[in-house]
Amino acid sequence: MTRFIDLTLNGISTGAVYAAVALALVLIWRATRIVNFAQGGMLMITTFIASDVISSTGSYWLGFAVALASGLVLGAVVERVLIRRVEGGPPLNAVIVALGLLILLEAAAGMIWGNTPRSFPPAFSIRGYEVGGTRLLFAPNDTFTVLVVFAVAGALAVLFRYTALGLKMRASALAPEVARLQGVRVGRMFTLGWALAALVGSLAGLLVAPSVFVGPNQFDPILIFGFTAAVLGGLDSPPGAVVGGILLGLVLSYVSGYEGASLVTLAALVVLIAVLMIRPGGLFSTSRERRV
Amino acid sequence: MSTPEDTAAAARGLRLRVPSSTLVRSLGLALLAGVVLFVASEGLSEYNDLQLASGSYYFVVLAGLTVLTGLSGQISLGHGALMAVGAYTVALLVGNEHWALIPALLAAVVVTAVVGTLVGAAATRLRGPYLAGATLAFAIGLPALAYKYPNTLGGANGLTIEPPKVPSWLGASFPLERWEAWIAGIGVLVVVFLMNNLVRSGVGRSFRAVRDDEIAASLCGLHVGRVQTLAFVVSAACAGLGGGLLAVVLQLAAPGAFELELSLSLLTAIVLGGLGSQLGAIWGAAVLVLLPGWADDIAHSFSLSTNVSNNLPLAIYGLVLIIAMLVWPSGIQGGLRRIIGLVRRSPTGSRELDKHSTSGSGGAST
Repeated sequence: MTRFIDLTLNGISTGAVYAAVALALVLIWRATRIVNFAQGGMLMITTFIASDVISSTGSYWLGFAVALASGLVLGAVVERVLIRRVEGGPPLNAVIVALGLLILLEAAAGMIWGNTPRSFPPAFSIRGYEVGGTRLLFAPNDTFTVLVVFAVAGALAVLFRYTALGLKMRASALAPEVARLQGVRVGRMFTLGWALAALVGSLAGLLVAPSVFVGPNQFDPILIFGFTAAVLGGLDSPPGAVVGGILLGLVLSYVSGYEGASLVTLAALVVLIAVLMIRPGGLFSTSRERRV
Repeated sequence: MSTPEDTAAAARGLRLRVPSSTLVRSLGLALLAGVVLFVASEGLSEYNDLQLASGSYYFVVLAGLTVLTGLSGQISLGHGALMAVGAYTVALLVGNEHWALIPALLAAVVVTAVVGTLVGAAATRLRGPYLAGATLAFAIGLPALAYKYPNTLGGANGLTIEPPKVPSWLGASFPLERWEAWIAGIGVLVVVFLMNNLVRSGVGRSFRAVRDDEIAASLCGLHVGRVQTLAFVVSAACAGLGGGLLAVVLQLAAPGAFELELSLSLLTAIVLGGLGSQLGAIWGAAVLVLLPGWADDIAHSFSLSTNVSNNLPLAIYGLVLIIAMLVWPSGIQGGLRRIIGLVRRSPTGSRELDKHSTSGSGGAST
C-alpha cells in the first residue's frame, strides 16, 4: 500500500512537470499552430543559465528569476527571428525548423557547457515527508513543483478568459484577419504567445533539473512526454495539458514501479492510442468538426 | 508535384520522346537507376560502396515515406520503428531460421506491412499533430520490446547476422561492400519501379484526392479511411524493406539504431529533399548519408577545443535544416526546379513550380 501511495505521489510530481512542458507546447500551438519541438532545447538553455547564475552567486532564487526572464526573451527572439518566416507556410517546414533549432541549441549547449550532465539544486528539501514512521517518496520540493504548475495553469486560464490581453491573443490565433481589422497587433500577440510559452517551459526545466541533471540531451524525454501529454489532453486546451500531464505521470509511474522502467515508453504508447481511439482530438477537444 | 514527363526527362537530363505507357516508363526508370547504381558501385572505393548501400536503403524508406506524406498528406514520426520491424524480421529469419536472403526480405515487407496496417488503421482518425504524437509514441515505444524480450530480440546488443555471401562467379576479390551495395541497389530498383507505377495509377490519384480535399474525395466515392490506411501500408512495406536491407548491410539489428532520431531524420530528409517526388527522396537519402561525414570533416579541419569540435557537426546539421527551410521551402528538388525554371525562362517551368508549392503546402495540412 505504501508502494502504491509512493508511486501515486511520484506520478503526480513528475506529471506536473510533463504538464508544464505540455502547457508550453499548447500555448504555442494555440498562438501559431506549430508544434514546437525546440521547446526541449529552449528550456535546456535557460536551465543551464540558471545553473551558472546559481553557482556564481550562490542564490537559487536569483538563478530561478534569471532563467524565467531569459526564457521570456528567448521565446520572443525565436519567434521574431525564425518562426515568423515559416508561419503560414507548409506546416511541416515549421516542424523541421523547430527540429533544426533543437539540434542547434543542443550542439551550442555542448560547445559552451560541455556534454557531461551536471547536478542542479532543488528549490526545497528533497527529503520525503515522514508519515507514521515511514518516509514517503514525496518531498517539500515536490509540493513546490505541483503547486507552481497548478498556479501557472490557473494564471494562464485567468489570462485567457478574463483579460483584454488574453482575448486579443485568442482572437489573433483564431481569426488573425479580423483581429487585425480590430486593431490588434497580431504579430506582437504571436511573439507574446511564444515568450509566455518559453517562460512556462523554462519553469519546467527548473523544476525537473534536480532529478534529471542538466545536460544538452537530458531534457529530451521530458519534451517527448510533454508532447504526449499535450496530445492526450488536446493541443488546444490548457486544462487538457495539465490533466494529460498528470494522467501520463501517474500511468508511467505505476508501470515503471510495478513492471519495470523499460516498459515506460511502451506504456505511453498504449495510453496515447487508447485515448486517441476514443477521442481523436484529445481528452479536452471541443466537439468542433475537424478542419479539412 | 512532378508530372511523369518531367520526372522522366529530368532523370535523363534531356527531353526525349517519352513512351506513353506508365509500365514502360517505370521499367525504363528502374533500368536507368540500375545502370547508374551499377556503374557507380564499380568505380567506388569499399567505404563509398558502403555509403551507396546505406543511401540505397534510406532511399527505399524515403520513397515510401514520400508517398505517405507528400502524396496522401499524412505525417509519420514512426517510420524508424517500422524499419526496426523489418530489420528484426530479417535478422530473426536469416540468423535463427537460416532463410535465404530474398524470402527473408519479402517476409520483412509482409510483416511490416501488417504492422503498418494496424498503425495506419489507428491513424486514419487522427489529424496533423495528433497523428504526429501517436506515431512518435510508436517510435519511442516499439524499441522497448527489444529490452523486454532479450532472449528473442537480443536486448540492447540486438541480433547479429552473418554477412551475405558474395557469389563465387563474381570472383574471389569482389569486395563484400560492393555486393551489399548491389543487394540494396536491387531493392532500390524494385521500389523505383513499383512506386513510379503506383504514383501514376488510380491509387496514386486517390491518395492525392484524399490529401487535397477529403470531402470532395468521399463525394467521388472514395473511402477516405481506407485510402489513408492503404497509403500507410505502402509506406510501411517500403520501410520494412529498407529496414531489412539495413540489417543485411550492417549485419545487425539493435534497438539503438532505431531510436526517435532515426524517425525524425527520415522526416527531415523527405522535407529537405523535396516532398512528394522520388527525386526528392534521392536528395534526402544523399543528405542522410553524406551530410554527417561532411560536417565531421569540416569540424575537424579546424583546430578547436574538444567541446566545440565534438558538437560542431551537430550544429552544422541543425543550421543546414533551418537555413534550407528558409531558403528552399519546397526542398532541394523544389529549389533545383526553380533554378532550372529560371534558366529556361519557360512558362511551363514556372507553372510546375506553382503546382509544386501548392501541393507542398497541402502535403501535411490535415
